[in-house]
Parts: sequence; structure tokens; C-alpha cells
Amino acid sequence: MIEAIGLTKRYGKTVAVDDLSFTVEPGRVTGFLGPNGAGKSTTMRMILGLDRPSAGKVLIDGQSYAQLDRPLRTVGALLDAKWVHPNRSAKAHLLWLAKSNGLSAKRVDEVLDLVGLTKVAKRRAGGFSLGMSQRLGIAGALLGDPKVLLFDEPVNGLDPEGILWIRQFMQGLAADGRTVLVSSHLLSEMAVTAQDLVVIGRGKLISQSSTTEFVERSTENTVRVRSPHADKLGAMLADKGFTVREDEDGSLTVSGAVSDEIGDIAAAGGVVLHELSPQRGSLEQAFMQLTGDSVEYHAELAETGK
Amino acid sequence: MTLLAVERIKLFSTRSPWWCMLLALGLTIGVTAIIAANWDNAPMPVLGAVFTHTFGLYVIMVMAALAVTTEYRFGTIKSTFQAVPDRISPMIAKAVVVVLLSGLVGLASAFGSWGLSWVLADDNSELALTTANDWRHVAGVGLVFAAGALLALGVGALVRQTAGAVSIILVFALVVESVVGFIPNIGDDIQKWMPFTVASKFIFGDPDPSAIPEGAGPPAIGELSPWGSFAYFAGIALVIYVISLVVVKRRDA
Repeated sequence: MIEAIGLTKRYGKTVAVDDLSFTVEPGRVTGFLGPNGAGKSTTMRMILGLDRPSAGKVLIDGQSYAQLDRPLRTVGALLDAKWVHPNRSAKAHLLWLAKSNGLSAKRVDEVLDLVGLTKVAKRRAGGFSLGMSQRLGIAGALLGDPKVLLFDEPVNGLDPEGILWIRQFMQGLAADGRTVLVSSHLLSEMAVTAQDLVVIGRGKLISQSSTTEFVERSTENTVRVRSPHADKLGAMLADKGFTVREDEDGSLTVSGAVSDEIGDIAAAGGVVLHELSPQRGSLEQAFMQLTGDSVEYHAELAETGK
Repeated sequence: MTLLAVERIKLFSTRSPWWCMLLALGLTIGVTAIIAANWDNAPMPVLGAVFTHTFGLYVIMVMAALAVTTEYRFGTIKSTFQAVPDRISPMIAKAVVVVLLSGLVGLASAFGSWGLSWVLADDNSELALTTANDWRHVAGVGLVFAAGALLALGVGALVRQTAGAVSIILVFALVVESVVGFIPNIGDDIQKWMPFTVASKFIFGDPDPSAIPEGAGPPAIGELSPWGSFAYFAGIALVIYVISLVVVKRRDA
């Protein structure tokens, strides 16, 4: 379990992480979601003791990172797949990491096998594709068979096959009972990977909840209705307190109601329906709405239009 | 002990330390061989065999700086601190490995140069290592390489960039120390306290200046005795290294 308590990081006047508190539970994949520049990587570096918090603290199973004995056995992390000396072989890279925490050379072979890099273990890591580098990074994170795992944007730049592999891999790790924290700026990706979501914007916590809850709460559910008697139906629905918008093609978009209710009302009023279809707002839209004010760099569309 | 093994694996699993060591040995021994082969008309003194140690020193210092800066360049320093969060022990382990290795390369280059001079010089009657001073001229190179490596590790950890660290070291050693001598009035006084100038007094200096044969090399300048000169150079290296440890501990990785 990871607990962040009032975590804050300032760089001069800029506040990168602002009084952030959240918990990450074992046995689940927790998505750490926020736009670029929201402070996700800074937070992850603070969890690992690489950056010193300006205020607050992070506990891993009740201890700070610096207190952990041979920390790779408790926490595995992949913050950047390129953190490897390009002229060192994959195996040598894992060997020194293993040695530093008293792990055997046999364990190095095991994790290489686990991520499917055994055949290229002797090759220099600088020649690896992004997908292979990512696998090497995951092998490094798994070396100490840790209970807690952190991944920073692990699917960035990967092809669909690589994305699927990593997604299933992380879900497998959580199924083993491990604590898995994965950062991403893509809600659509997290929606299919993570069971829980910690959402931040501009360094502040926006929400912590299960993914389903977050998606339901933050997406606007509407129902599209087409009827030859659209005017009459619209008035009836408005009477019931639903918000009704008439679209250009004459169909109605009703929010605040589920399709069952609308069907019942239409039947009670004797109105013929040609279409009754629930619409789900896009995750991206919802995410934009939630974090819209907290995006660090707004693109100046008007400027570029000139 | 395990951390020493970690740093040993790191150092020897990339190619640049090997190249640096080969270059340090090749430069010092190679140029000494040319000097020895052309040393006519007079017996070759011991000092003649170690003139070139500074070439090797600069190369070894580059190797030592690289041992730290490449870790920053490629982010492996973060993995290192993740594995050993106290930060100081891996940095000390790195220093032990790099300093020992540099000392060995220094010894190999000095005795290599001396041995080859023995073989190549027309008259090697003065080359025998008979006095304590003779031994210091040759074996002292190992100590200077070791202390120089420690200094370079400190600079590397402070600057964190290969280009920056290497330029600082080379520009200081090759340019600044000579140029300060040209400052009117005080130049000479400053120069004789410059670390690399003092370090060469340890190698070349003789308690009895008249004992240095004619044409045996640059005059050794400085106020300190040869061993005092080494203590001064090693002290500066240690101070810079300790400052770098404090900074590394406090700074975000």
C-alpha cells in the first residue's frame, strides 16, 4: 500500500505538487491520471525518494522509502525505460541492479525470461526498440519480486501489441495481490487497465475513486430520441423536469433521464418513437472538463489561426 | 562489499573505461619510448622516464569524471539511488573502485615507461631506482593518478555533465594553471599553489634541487616538500569530493 500525505513539491515559485493526499491499495491496478505537467512524475519520484518533498510525506507499507532495507525487494519501479547505459548489455544492467540488493544472478535470468528478453540479453541496451527497452525496464522493476510497483506512462509510444502486453502484465501483477500504480495522461487507456483512479491536475487531487464510479460520475449520460411528434414529447419530458435539447435534424437529446423512463412517458402519452438510444459522453470530453482548468499549457488556437 | 562489486560491474560493463585506460597507458609509455630512444649524449635520468605521466593523468581524470557523469547522462544514477537510497555508500563505493583502478593504471604507466626507457636508452646508468627519491618519482605517479581520479569524481558529481566536467578539468589543468603565471606581480605566487603544479612537484621535486640533472625536465615549483605537495593535492581532491557528496545527498536526483 502507498499512502501520500499532504505531499507538496515547489520549484522556486512554481508549485508542481500541491498538498496531495491519496492511497493506493494492494490487489488492484490504480491509475494515476492527469494531463501532461500535472505533477505525476514528480509525485512518483517523491514516492521513490529521488526528489525531496517540500512538505508532506509518502509511506510504503507504513515506512518511508529511505527506511526500506534493500528497497528493490519491496518497491519496483519503471519511471523511464531509457534509464539504461546504452553500451551496457541488458544482462549487465540487471546484474548490477540485482547485486546492489543481494539478489542472485539466477533471478536476473528469471526476469529476463519473464519479459521475453532472454535471447537478446547479451546485446547492448542502446540498440533496443522502445518496446524492448520497456520490457527491460519492467524486468528491472520485477527483480526483487516487490509487493509495490510503479510505472510512469508505460504505454507511451508503444504499438498496440506492446500496449496490450503491458496492460495484461500489470493486471496480472495486481491479481497476485501486489500494489500497482500506473500513471497515464490517457483516460481511455486507464479505463480499460485500472480498477481505481487517482486523478490530479496542476498538482492537486481532483478525485480518487474506482474507475467505474469516476467514469459514471464524470460522463454526461444522454438519450437520443427521434419521433414524428417531437414537439409534444419534448414538452412532456420538460414537464417531468428533464433537460431537452432539439437538434438540427429534429431529434431530441434528453439528459438526466434513462431510456426506460422516456419510453414509459412516450407510451403513456401515446407518442410514436422511431429511435430511443442511450448516448455515453466520451471519456476524453469528461476528462477535459474535469482537468480543463488545470491544464498547464492551453493551446492558443486563435493565435495559430491567423 | 556488495556495493564495490556493483560499481565494478558498472565500470567494466561499458567500453569507455577500457579505452581510457589503454589510452592513458599508451600515451605515457609511447611518448616516453620516443623520448628514451632519442636520449643521446647523456645518461637518461629517472625523471626523464616520468615526464609524460601528466598525459595519462588527464586521460584517467576524464575516465573518473565519466564514471559519474554518464550515470547522470543515462539516468542510471536514479536506479542506483533507488537501489541504495542513502546515496552516500554507492558514491563511496564508486570512488574506492575508480581511485584504486586509477592508482594501478598510474603504477603500470610509470613502471612501464621506466622499464621501456631502461631498454631503449643508450645509457641507462642513471635509471636505476636507488634512492627513496627515485622510487617516489616513479611509484608516486600511482598516487597522483589516484588523487586526480578522486578530484575528477567530485567535479563530475557536482557538474553532472560530461562535457562540462571534462572541460573544467582539462581547461583548469592545461590552461588556467599556466595562464595565472602571467598575471603581473602576484601570478607566480598564485601559480605555485595551483593543485596540478603542486602535484608535479611531488613527482619531479627533489629536496636537493642541485641534484636534478641538467635538462631533466620542468623546474618543480612550490613552497612545500614533495610529500607535503602530495598531501596538498590529495587534500584539495578530498575536499572537492566531500563537497560533492554533501551536494549529491541534498539535491534531487
